[in-house]
Amino acid sequence: MDNKIVNESLIAGKGWFPSDVSTFGQNVDGLYNFILWGSVILFIGIIVVTTLFVIKYRKRPGYVQPAGKHITHHLGLELAWTVPPLILALFIFYWGFTGFLDMSVSPKQGEEVRVVAKKWMWQFEYKNGNKALSELVVPVNTPIVLVMNAEDVLHSFYVPNLRIKRDVIPNRYTKVWFEATRTGNFQIFCTEYCGDGHSEMQGTVRVVSQAEYKKWLADGGAVDESLPLDKVGEKVYTAKGCVACHSVDGSPKVGPSWKGIWGTTHQFVGGGSAAVDENYVKESIYDPHAKVVQGFQPVMPSYKGLLNDREIDGVIAYIKTLK
Amino acid sequence: MSQVAVGTNYINATKGLKSWLTTLDHKRIGIMYLLFIAISFALGGFFALALRLELLNPGKLLFSAKQYNQLFTLHGAIMVFLFIVPSIPASIGNFLLPLQIGAKDVAFPKLNLSSFYLYLFGAIFCVYSMVAGAADTGWTFYTPYSTTTDTSVISMTLGAFILGFSSIFTGINFIVTIHKMRAPGMSWFRMPLMVWALYATAIIQVLATPVLGITLLLLVIERVAGIGIFDPALGGDPILFQHFFWFYSHPAVYIMILPAMGVMSELVTTFSKKNIFGYKMIAYSSLAIAIISFLVWGHHLFVSGQSDYAAMIFSLLTYLVAIPSAVKVFNWIATMYKGEIDIKAPFLYFLAFLFLFCIGGFTGIMLGSLSLDVYLHDTYFVVAHFHYVMMGGTVMAFLGGLHYWWPKMFGKMYSEGAAFVAWLFIMVGFNMVFFTQYLLGTKGMPRRYYSYLDQFQPLHAFSTSGTWVLTIGFLIMAFYLVESLLNGKQAPDNPWGGLTLEWKTQSPPITENFLDTPIVDSDPYEYDKVKV
Amino acid sequence: MSDVKNHKVHSVAHHFANAGHEFESAKLGMWVFLVTEVLFFGALFVAYAFLRWAYPEMFVEAHHLLDWRMGGLNTLILITSSFTMVMAVRSAQVNQRKQTSAYLLATLVCAFGFLIVKYLEYSAKFHHGYLPAKFFTGQAVSEHIHLFFGIYFMMTGLHGVHVLVGIGLIVWLLIRNQKGDFYSDFFTPLEMVGLYWHFVDLVWIFLFPLFYLVG
Repeated sequence: MDNKIVNESLIAGKGWFPSDVSTFGQNVDGLYNFILWGSVILFIGIIVVTTLFVIKYRKRPGYVQPAGKHITHHLGLELAWTVPPLILALFIFYWGFTGFLDMSVSPKQGEEVRVVAKKWMWQFEYKNGNKALSELVVPVNTPIVLVMNAEDVLHSFYVPNLRIKRDVIPNRYTKVWFEATRTGNFQIFCTEYCGDGHSEMQGTVRVVSQAEYKKWLADGGAVDESLPLDKVGEKVYTAKGCVACHSVDGSPKVGPSWKGIWGTTHQFVGGGSAAVDENYVKESIYDPHAKVVQGFQPVMPSYKGLLNDREIDGVIAYIKTLK
Repeated sequence: MSQVAVGTNYINATKGLKSWLTTLDHKRIGIMYLLFIAISFALGGFFALALRLELLNPGKLLFSAKQYNQLFTLHGAIMVFLFIVPSIPASIGNFLLPLQIGAKDVAFPKLNLSSFYLYLFGAIFCVYSMVAGAADTGWTFYTPYSTTTDTSVISMTLGAFILGFSSIFTGINFIVTIHKMRAPGMSWFRMPLMVWALYATAIIQVLATPVLGITLLLLVIERVAGIGIFDPALGGDPILFQHFFWFYSHPAVYIMILPAMGVMSELVTTFSKKNIFGYKMIAYSSLAIAIISFLVWGHHLFVSGQSDYAAMIFSLLTYLVAIPSAVKVFNWIATMYKGEIDIKAPFLYFLAFLFLFCIGGFTGIMLGSLSLDVYLHDTYFVVAHFHYVMMGGTVMAFLGGLHYWWPKMFGKMYSEGAAFVAWLFIMVGFNMVFFTQYLLGTKGMPRRYYSYLDQFQPLHAFSTSGTWVLTIGFLIMAFYLVESLLNGKQAPDNPWGGLTLEWKTQSPPITENFLDTPIVDSDPYEYDKVKV
Repeated sequence: MSDVKNHKVHSVAHHFANAGHEFESAKLGMWVFLVTEVLFFGALFVAYAFLRWAYPEMFVEAHHLLDWRMGGLNTLILITSSFTMVMAVRSAQVNQRKQTSAYLLATLVCAFGFLIVKYLEYSAKFHHGYLPAKFFTGQAVSEHIHLFFGIYFMMTGLHGVHVLVGIGLIVWLLIRNQKGDFYSDFFTPLEMVGLYWHFVDLVWIFLFPLFYLVG
């Protein structure tokens, strides 16, 4: 899928995990490695012993099974393989428990951001009234507390690089906190199945310097005014989540592609048709269920109040460029 | 003393479809179950092939997002409810249990037949759901998505509800059978470990399944009448659904694994010609797993919004349940020490289980730890984990048991060579599909995703190609098993040299199982007392 | 004094050693089944507990809309029916076939009585619009009262279904008894249905205070 904001690759990064940019990383990654290597050692032991036995005691011409009463008990062995694993298990539990405790208790001086999840977008609102879609701008080395709720069904806010995850529930608030340890763009996934657009419900955590964050707060988080309109539209396309459901290469996704539609006529569910012009695009953004293109479901959420006029003009200009 | 004509067995004793459809013979019921369980596996497998095909590349290949969501829902629901929960108990268990305890039948043969028909009836509902707007909720039916989606949730959940009763009645039957129908001399600690495993499984079936039943009923009524118990908009709580659902579904996974562990004990003793190491520990560990399994359901809810205190308790208890399983593994390995190991097809599956279940188990340790689970929950890591334990564990043991008791069930031998080839394909294919998914998971790839980031494509494509290798393995298996029925060599009463009671009667057994009721005067695996 | 002269001799199923073996197995089976029923209803009791913990005042308010006298009457009816059921089993044990039928009939009358009272209660509720969830049109004395009625109808409804099944089973017993199936050496089905019926009674004895006597 095309995601124009380039989030840091999850596949790259040393080791099994994406790069760790979180204060939680040491606990989580360390614990994983401990269990992994412990398991590998134990597993190799099991394989080696099993293989040895199968080879040494295998039925073959001339093989005689060692005589004598079969050993069916050995207190020493049995204790050895019950008690140490139990102790290890408790140790692992404790390690995970301390990490979890850290994750659960959000710091009092954290910077709070409201998160609202709905099918299929992430909305962010800051204490100063800044609103953002799909892109969560935060300052580095600062505890951020996300106070979240969903508008429809269960969702889950997951940022692999930050090692955080928390379900987002309708009619209830859940919290998750983190502190990013370096700047960069990091992938947000929805990770509680929520319907057709579940895999498209992505976003970016944009970690910036504290100075840049202050500036962004002051600017109201608006898309760069100095950009030409079609570039504004291109930015909105990815930053505000349109990319989740509309392609620009002609392939239909959850919603119709934007490629080559300007000036054409769309047929709608329930009859009727209209030309794809400025009014149609604006209506589709504000009241998407008024006209649903034939072959598609009425699943687009309304962006009323979420995009300003310039951003809508930008989208219109951008669509015009997609021939 | 049973009077039986020479050459008569339970298969040819009476003829005609009706005699099978109205049978009260546990063996015939077991075989009928086997047929439909195999069909369910093929159906669930077909959906798996389809969904993995779609995942070859990130974009749309054949299916829309909604269709993909239906595919993974159907794959999960069919595999869990129609295949794996009944798998070993209803097919092998039904056939084997009376034989292993020296009885003529289970305690309630008519109830047994009812269980079978309930299974079919439930299956019909599920199939109907498939063709009438299949559910797209995931097999876990989480609310509020499941109460608001417009797909056929009700027929699928009613199907699962009915299947639940099939499972409950089998559980009741097995508990009473094991308590009341053992041959003279077979005390509790002279029972084969397969019987202990079926007993522990039956306890879980009986206690856990009713809770699922009510949960699904509440879900149906929520959809129909908007009762509001799970709907946040009406004052209900969607997390309550998750608690109810997992209260059954966690013990359910032990319904899946315990019979498999029972099979493992049978295979290792027979194919090592050795007495089991630690009989009582294995027996007790089955009961311990059954009991503790009811105390850990919250480890599916670590990030769901349950209280942190609850999460901590559930994590601690989750580690407790790992210990009895580990004890069993070590006991099986110790059993092979100084044995005489016959590497036949059933034993290949014993080895497969050992290898794959350990991997699955270790990754379970990872998922049980709180902070690590926060990261791994709802990613492909979980998918890999449960496939390793359910398929690498239960299915391998199921196949091992099938190959072990096949001569007893049908009186025919299959080709060892073909079995080995199929096993190879299955082992390779399985690891290709699912080991890759551990790597996807640790890199953050979420589950139930229709499309994905380009960077994940190589791993996804590799995983998908593994499904084709797996399929070849199963096709080879289907071929040689059917071939054995048509042209296979006649099986002797005891082709493997087993000591449990089923091997002391003919292959296939007569309807009454034994000519004379066996009198038991020894432990089940006393190979050191047997002079070859 | 036995009035059973020509009863069918019950033939024990082939896989049981003797009649006693068969009876003991049936009893264990029925008890295990009742355990599953405890879990089945138990989950609903947990749901009730959760809702009541979440909305305690609403529960107190809402229960006033139920008529505790009708609930109490039903409790007495069911307890009586359990007694008549026990007497039916006892009558079979001492070969009193006519008495067995009489007591079974009495149990049946009680069961129907229970359902009639339930019908009167339900229709009163429907009349006021106190229906589960989205059909709720009654006067909302407090918010979320539809949740109370949701769980009320769910639990008493499920219980009512069990009573209906019990009625079916008792009718079956009556028919079999008239045919002379039950006598002192064979009354297993009577005993089993008796156990089931006592369970149904017991569930109601818990439901009654939890819904009708809250607060």
